[in-house]
Amino acid sequence: MTAIAQGLHGQDGHAPSQLETQITVTVPEMPAGGAAPGYWKSVGQRLLRDKVTIVVTLIILGILFITLGAPLVTGHDPYAGSIMARLKPIGTPGHWLGTDETGRDLWTRLCYGGRMSLLAAILPVTISLVIGGFLGILAGYAGGYLGTLIMRTMDVFYAFPSILLAIAICGLLGNGLVNSIIALAVVFIPPMVRVAETVTSQARHLDFVEAARASGTTTLQIIRHHVLANVLGPILVYATSLISVSIILSAGLSFLGLGVTPPTPEWGLMLNSLRQAIYVQPYVAALPGLMIFLTSMSFNLMSDGFRSAMDVRLNK
Amino acid sequence: MNAALQTDLDPRDRGGPAQPLLLVDSLRKHFPVRGGILNRQVATVQAVDDVSFSVQKGETLGIVGESGCGKSTTARLLMRLMEPDAGEVVFDGDPVGARRGIPVSEMRRQMQMVFQDSYTSLNPRMTMVESIAYAPRMHGLGRREAYDRAERLLGRVGLNPRQFARRYPHEMSGGQRQRVNIARALALEPRLVILDEAVAALDKSVEAQVLNLLEELKQSLNLTYLFISHDLNVVEYMSDRVMVMYLGRVVESGPVASIYRHPRHPYTRALFASKPTLDPDRRTTEMPLTGDPPNPINPPSGCRFRTRCAFAQPRCAEQVPMLGAPLAGDAPPSHIVACHIPEAQAPMRHTIEVGHA
Repeated sequence: MTAIAQGLHGQDGHAPSQLETQITVTVPEMPAGGAAPGYWKSVGQRLLRDKVTIVVTLIILGILFITLGAPLVTGHDPYAGSIMARLKPIGTPGHWLGTDETGRDLWTRLCYGGRMSLLAAILPVTISLVIGGFLGILAGYAGGYLGTLIMRTMDVFYAFPSILLAIAICGLLGNGLVNSIIALAVVFIPPMVRVAETVTSQARHLDFVEAARASGTTTLQIIRHHVLANVLGPILVYATSLISVSIILSAGLSFLGLGVTPPTPEWGLMLNSLRQAIYVQPYVAALPGLMIFLTSMSFNLMSDGFRSAMDVRLNK
Repeated sequence: MNAALQTDLDPRDRGGPAQPLLLVDSLRKHFPVRGGILNRQVATVQAVDDVSFSVQKGETLGIVGESGCGKSTTARLLMRLMEPDAGEVVFDGDPVGARRGIPVSEMRRQMQMVFQDSYTSLNPRMTMVESIAYAPRMHGLGRREAYDRAERLLGRVGLNPRQFARRYPHEMSGGQRQRVNIARALALEPRLVILDEAVAALDKSVEAQVLNLLEELKQSLNLTYLFISHDLNVVEYMSDRVMVMYLGRVVESGPVASIYRHPRHPYTRALFASKPTLDPDRRTTEMPLTGDPPNPINPPSGCRFRTRCAFAQPRCAEQVPMLGAPLAGDAPPSHIVACHIPEAQAPMRHTIEVGHA
């Protein structure tokens, strides 16, 4: 408490005249939407102290760089094969990560393949975040029959194992990138609804929401100003952790031939086609799997780090 | 019109000073208890059962009782944070929510509430000035005006706006946060403030400061208080009249001096007997209350206190006692009690003095 007070005075000391006029003459400017600079600043400070989160965030940024900036880090064409250079081992001059079964440079294909893998993983999570978040906040805030209706409908989806459900939807819609994204979005909506519903119904019964109701604030205003600001954090963190699952599931769908179709580079698909070469070049064949593992784990650990950094009560 | 006689010059006053600011008639709230495979209603918790009372303009009505007796439920019913099952609330002559009365939204502008937990009642993502200015802004006040009002209110509750306006709840102490909660309740310029255990979570010295602040605000802003607490000393200090609740019903009500000097209901007496006294020369002679209150799911028939009452007779189980003048001894006309047994109400001192023989 005193430390924080001193900290505040310390800030005042840096620019006394400016702050003075801000407070006495004009009303201090507050950011809209209840997002507080002081809060996010303290979140940032806690993140900077967490070494694991920093490392995995750097890994994710690195993966994003080599995939989105693939032409910058490789000169090869991901589709250009060579009969002469099939299944070269790691360390071959010109192909430092070796080549695949049609002689295409594996480093190039890993870089370009990441684009598809990340797209097929992040887009379903984003879709389910919007739809599931909306339904969950609605169910959590409204409660009663509407809440029960939404939650029991979601429970029906829980009856199926997620990968089976995704395969079934993909089988129904036919293969292809768009259909695999739709299938995964459907798979992720129920857990997203459940998380959003839980945090919302908790926030809904806090005294400050009651106090806002008691002062005649309308339901929409309460949701916008009091509920959203306090539930978005946990929901976003959960969505980040879903990305790691999504990467594995979308790779799994491609591996089974339900997602992206050859010759498009994609980690799950590459894993499938290199599977036959596992006795010839086991290290090369394992590389797409390594990328899937690295990306998935990094997203998981990053969401963990965000969760603890954003928990105000831990550092009260 | 004689302005000197007019104690209440509030322009919002409609019925004159004699009309009660709040009239509550037969307020009732029963919660269903569901169970079984089919989720059927298996029982009801009678949280508030036929509670009637009135609050005069400018007075403080204290509500006391054990935890679970329906004090807080009554407060929430009055604010319409939950819907009552039955009963009528009349605010300054206007039935709340009725077709010819005032709408709930208008009532909420004139009636505000301070909650017990100072931490959870403030949005952790809002600064103090944002929290206080929030309700006026939602009611259409401009941003600048609302923030000006919030800073003035911070000053009124004894917090320097320059120092506290931009702080977050976790950067303040419990007493400071509760002052902010009071300022927020006052932001809509209400006439009635419900204080639901508003000082219960504060330590004693801070509690005294906040109580004095409340008293001072009441005088200067022409407020009426509904003061809910389990702390008998605090209620005595704050209230003009006191209402004692037991298991969802009112068992006794009257002027604070009359109730504290001559409690009539066996429950009230036992409650006061349990109150620790600071004077070593005064010893309590009444039997203290034993056991827990009965389960409100299946409250005792007739008088709900009979299972713990030393005076209980067969008729206590058959007939629900009505609130009325005490059956024995003198009492001011506004002192009413719900008890069948005259012997139980004989005026007696609940403490004796020793060591002065």
